[in-house]
Amino acid sequence: MPFGNTHNNFKMNYKVEEEFPELSKHNNHMAKVLTKDMYAKLRDKQTPTGFTVDDVIQTGVDNPGHPFIMTVGCVAGDEESYDVFKDLFDPVISDRHGGYKPSDKHKTDLNFENLKGGDDLDPNYVLSSRVRTGRSIKGYALPPHNSRGERRAVEKLSVEALNSLDGEFKGKYYPLKSMTDAEQEQLIADHFLFDKPVSPLLLAAGMARDWPDARGIWHNENKTFLVWVNEEDHLRVISMQKGGNMKEVFKRFCVGLQRIEEIFKKHNHGFMWNEHLGYILTCPSNLGTGLRGGVHVKLPKLSTHAKFEEILTRLRLQKRGTGGVDTASVGGVFDISNADRIGSSEVDQVQCVVDGVKLMVEMEKKLEKGEAIDSMIPAQK
Amino acid sequence: MAGAFSRILSARRSVGILSLVGAGSLTAGYLLARERRVGAAANVRRLYPASAEYPDLRKHNNCMASHLTPAVYARLCDKATPNGFTLDQAIQTGVDNPGHPFIKTVGMVAGDEESYEVFADLFDPVIKERHNGYDSRSMTHPTDLDASKIRSGVFDERYVLSSRVRTGRSIRGLSLPPACTRAERREVERVVVDALGGLRGELTGRYYSLTQMTEQEQQQLIDDHFLFDKPVSPLLTCAGMARDWPDARGIWHNNQKTFLIWINEEDHTRVISMEKGGNMKRVFERFCKGLKEVEKLIVEKGWEFMWNEHLGYVLTCPSNLGTGLRAGVHIKLPLMSKDPRFPKILDNLRLQKRGTGGVDTAAVGSTFDISNLDRLGQSEVQLVQTVIDGVNYLIECEKRLEKGQDIRVPPPISQFK
Repeated sequence: MPFGNTHNNFKMNYKVEEEFPELSKHNNHMAKVLTKDMYAKLRDKQTPTGFTVDDVIQTGVDNPGHPFIMTVGCVAGDEESYDVFKDLFDPVISDRHGGYKPSDKHKTDLNFENLKGGDDLDPNYVLSSRVRTGRSIKGYALPPHNSRGERRAVEKLSVEALNSLDGEFKGKYYPLKSMTDAEQEQLIADHFLFDKPVSPLLLAAGMARDWPDARGIWHNENKTFLVWVNEEDHLRVISMQKGGNMKEVFKRFCVGLQRIEEIFKKHNHGFMWNEHLGYILTCPSNLGTGLRGGVHVKLPKLSTHAKFEEILTRLRLQKRGTGGVDTASVGGVFDISNADRIGSSEVDQVQCVVDGVKLMVEMEKKLEKGEAIDSMIPAQK
Repeated sequence: MAGAFSRILSARRSVGILSLVGAGSLTAGYLLARERRVGAAANVRRLYPASAEYPDLRKHNNCMASHLTPAVYARLCDKATPNGFTLDQAIQTGVDNPGHPFIKTVGMVAGDEESYEVFADLFDPVIKERHNGYDSRSMTHPTDLDASKIRSGVFDERYVLSSRVRTGRSIRGLSLPPACTRAERREVERVVVDALGGLRGELTGRYYSLTQMTEQEQQQLIDDHFLFDKPVSPLLTCAGMARDWPDARGIWHNNQKTFLIWINEEDHTRVISMEKGGNMKRVFERFCKGLKEVEKLIVEKGWEFMWNEHLGYVLTCPSNLGTGLRAGVHIKLPLMSKDPRFPKILDNLRLQKRGTGGVDTAAVGSTFDISNLDRLGQSEVQLVQTVIDGVNYLIECEKRLEKGQDIRVPPPISQFK
C-alpha cells in the first residue's frame, strides 16, 4: 500500500480474524488463494524495504473484480516481495500462468534471429505491429511502494541510459511535468502519451502517487522505439511500426533492450531477473517475459465466426479492442497478442503471434470467398 | 463536552495513565485492555536525504504546499506518530492534488490524534491559514452544545426549504480513516453501533451496514438522500480513505429520519440532524441531544471522543477541527443571488454558499445551500447563531428586493468572539 508499512507492528495488536479482509464477494486470483492461515503466517513479515502483505493485497481487496474477468488482485512492492510472500504469490502465479510451478524455470531468449518468418504479414489486414515489455531496475522499490527519491533516481538513471543510445535508437526524453503544450499534442497525435492512471486497479495499488513527478516518455527520432518511465513499471519498452513486419519490430525490440541493459549494468543496476520468474515486474501477470507482442488486424468475418474464441485459445493468443486492455474492437479491427508471459521465451511468444496471425489472415481470406475454415482450425499449441 | 477523561487522556498517551484512574474502576479495566503495544515511532525508511524526497510543489495551490518548506520537510520527514503514521502519508493527498487556482484545498490529513502534535510544525500554520488566523498554540477553542441558548431560529418557510446541522466525531485511541487498519475500522463500527443501539425516544433507530444492506434498503436510503457512496473525489481517495470499501461502513438513522450517522466515511462518524422546513432551532436541539446521548453511551463503555482544548474535536481533515460543524439551509434566493453584492454580504455574515448537491456542486434554479464558513475558534452555539442571524438577514434582503427596496451590505462580523 502506498501508505507505508510503518504501522505493521501496530496491526499485530489485533487478531487475524479482526484484520482478515472480507473477500467473500471477490473474484480475483488473490482472493481465491488467500486463506486466514496464510494471512496469519505472512502478516508480520516485511521485505527489506518494508512492504507488507497488506500492501501486496490492497488492490485486490479494494477491487472485488468482475464475474467474467479474473484480475490478479496483488502486486509486488520490490524484488523481494515475490520471495517473502511466496506462499501467496506462488499459487497466484500458478493460477494466472496455466499451472506454472515454483520449481519451473523460465527461458529468456532475446535473440531475434531465432524468430522464423514474421516479415510477410499481409499489410492489407495487419495494420500495425508492436512488441512491448517491462523492466525493473535492480535495487529500487517498484511503483506501488517507491518514494519520490527512488522514483527520481530511476528516472535519472533511465534517462542517462537512453540518452546514450545512438543510430536508429537516438532519441529524446519528454518529462511529463515539464512538457510543452506542443510536445504534448505531438505525443498524443503519435499515440505515445500515457496519462495518469485512472484504473482503480492501479490507483488502489498506489502507482499514481506524486503524479507526474519523475514520469516521462522517451522515444527515438523515427518514433519506432519508445520507453515509458515510471508508469505501471519502472520501464515499459515498446517497439512499433505501421504494417505487418513483425520481424523488424522484434529485431529493434531485442537490440534496443540489450543496449539499454548493458548501460544499466555498467552502473551496477541491471534489470531484476531470476531463472524462475524471469523478468520481475510489478504485476504477477507480467512475470517471465513481460512481453506482449501483437498486431492490429482486420478480422471482421473471422471475429464473428463461432469458433473465433477457440481458435485464439488454441493459438495461445488473446484479443483486445484497439484501445488496449479493457476496450472493445472498432470496425472489426482487433488487437491480437500472445496470451502467455512465463514458461516460454520472448522468441516463442512472438513466434506464436506471427504464426497465429498469419493463419488467421488466411482464414479471413477464405471466409471472404465464402469458403469454410474448419480444416484450418489448429490443434492446441 | 469533554468530561474528566479528556484532561487525563489529552496528554501524551503513556503507561502512567492508569495511575490517574482508580485501579478498581470498571473504566480502568477497559483502559488496561486497550493499552496498546505500539511499534517504534521513528522507524521510517530513509534511503535518500530529505532534499531528494521533497515533493515538487511549484504548481500547487493548497494550504499544505504553501507551508511545507524544504526546512519543515527535513525536520519532520523521519518522524512518525506512535501508530506509525508519517509525514509523507499526511501530505500525499496534497501532493497528488495540486488544487485549483480559485479553490484552495487543505492538502493534508491526520492519520490519528497524535498527528496534529507530531507534525505540528506543518499542521499549525495550515490550521492558522485555513481558520483565519487561529493560533492553536495559544488560543483555546470553546465547546458549547447548549441548544437552549439559541435565539430565534425558525425561518420563513417560503424561502427556507430544509435545515441541517452536521459534525463529525472521532473515537479516541483508534486511527483515523487515512491510516486505520481493517480491524480498527471494524472496531469503530462496533463501538459506535453499540452505543447507538442505546438511543431512545425520538432517537431510536437502526443501523444499515453497507456490506449487508438489501437492495430494498439501499433503494430506500437513496430515496431518503441518506446513502453515501464510495468516495470518488481524488482528495479523499489519495488519502487512503476508500481502502477496503465497503468493509465496516454503514449508515444509522432514527425511525423518524431526522438524525443520521455515517460510520467510517471520511471520519469515524459524521453526525447529521436534519428536517424539511425552517426550524433550525429544533434541528440543533436534536443535534445536541443526540450527540450528548451518544457520548454518554460510549463513555459508559470506556471510550471517548477525540478532543482537546486547542483544537476542539479532532477530525481527519484540519478544515473540520474545532466544532467540525456545518449548519445550513437550502434556501430560495432568486433575487439576492443575482445581486452583485451577494458574495460580499455572505462573506461579511461569515457564510458560504454551495449548490444543493453539497460541496463542489452548483446551485439549481437559485436554491442555495447556505452555511457557516467557520469551524474553529467559536462554539457550536455561536456558529449556529451566526447562521440563524445571517439567514434571517438574507431573507430580509430578499423580501426588500421583492418590494423594490434597496439592501445594505452588513458590516463584517468578528471572527473570534
